Amino acid sequence: MSDPKIEGFNFKPGFKGMAEDTGSDQTMFKGVHWGKAMMWIFLLSDTFVFSCFLISYMKGRGSTPVEWPNPSEVFALNAFGVPVPLLLIAIMTFVLITSSGTMALAVKYGYERNRKMCGWLILATAIGGLTFVGMQAFEWSKLIHEGVRPWENPFGAAQFGSFFFMITGFHGTHVSIGVIFLFIYSYKVFAGHYESGKKGWFTSMKGDYVEIEILGLYWHFVDLVWVFIFAFFYLW
Amino acid sequence: MEETNKKEQTSTHKIGIYLWIWGLLFVLSFFSYMVDWYQFQGLLRWSLILFFMFLKAGLIMAFFMHLFWERYALVNVLLWPMTAIACFIFLMVAEFKYTLFSRIFYFAVGGGI
Repeated sequence: MSDPKIEGFNFKPGFKGMAEDTGSDQTMFKGVHWGKAMMWIFLLSDTFVFSCFLISYMKGRGSTPVEWPNPSEVFALNAFGVPVPLLLIAIMTFVLITSSGTMALAVKYGYERNRKMCGWLILATAIGGLTFVGMQAFEWSKLIHEGVRPWENPFGAAQFGSFFFMITGFHGTHVSIGVIFLFIYSYKVFAGHYESGKKGWFTSMKGDYVEIEILGLYWHFVDLVWVFIFAFFYLW
Repeated sequence: MEETNKKEQTSTHKIGIYLWIWGLLFVLSFFSYMVDWYQFQGLLRWSLILFFMFLKAGLIMAFFMHLFWERYALVNVLLWPMTAIACFIFLMVAEFKYTLFSRIFYFAVGGGI
């Protein structure tokens, strides 16, 4: 999104441009809003948190001589009397991707100053996220009824429960926080805060539709993490 | 000053690119679900899972998170730290193999030696 133009400064593309940006004795990320740079750096640190969880899961699963529970049986759901493997997880994946798509469009319409469209799309994203959290709550309660605990489970290796609750719980927390902010921002967009120049979060500067892009970065990151959890925890 | 400049020249991308990526993500998710549906096993399963995973992650980061259009200063700051994660994975694979080996070994021969 950043194709910056600053007077008296000649932007070069690629690695040469990177060397000049970095050594320009000025702001390093040219044309990038400070909030966006901060969000990216937060997301980088969050990447490390989730990586540590997934790596510890790999280490736990790899180092136990006991058979690991088969996720395609554990997470199967009965549809019309037939157990369908990973049915709920597949639906959750599609719901999250749908909400990621609506968010991407919301960012686009925000930059085009299409206030109504942007607001509705953020609201749709929030409802998608809420649906996801709801289905995750259903999945948790189903597994808890079946006797899965952080310290034991009836399906196999005892470590399964602790990794499952830790990883999906931390991801679900991220989704929930995202949903709260999506509702707040859909209100802000509908109320026209970015047209009236109301000040943004944690700052006395005027708010702008770049905040929607920052919110979008967070939301896409939540989807991104789910891609990895889906692959490593549910499919592997 | 930079602020005002930026606001005027913010350009958006055509809606088509987002819809294409969106569609691709659906198709790739469907494929990765099919990996489980048809119960592929062994190396084929793992390579397919990783292939679809990295493709999806790449599409989300490049287009939905706009990294494809960002300047290299930002892209490189974000992507190079991933090599540290790769190193960590490499170390922990060695670690879990050793743990598994010593568990199986001592469960078999007992702790008396």
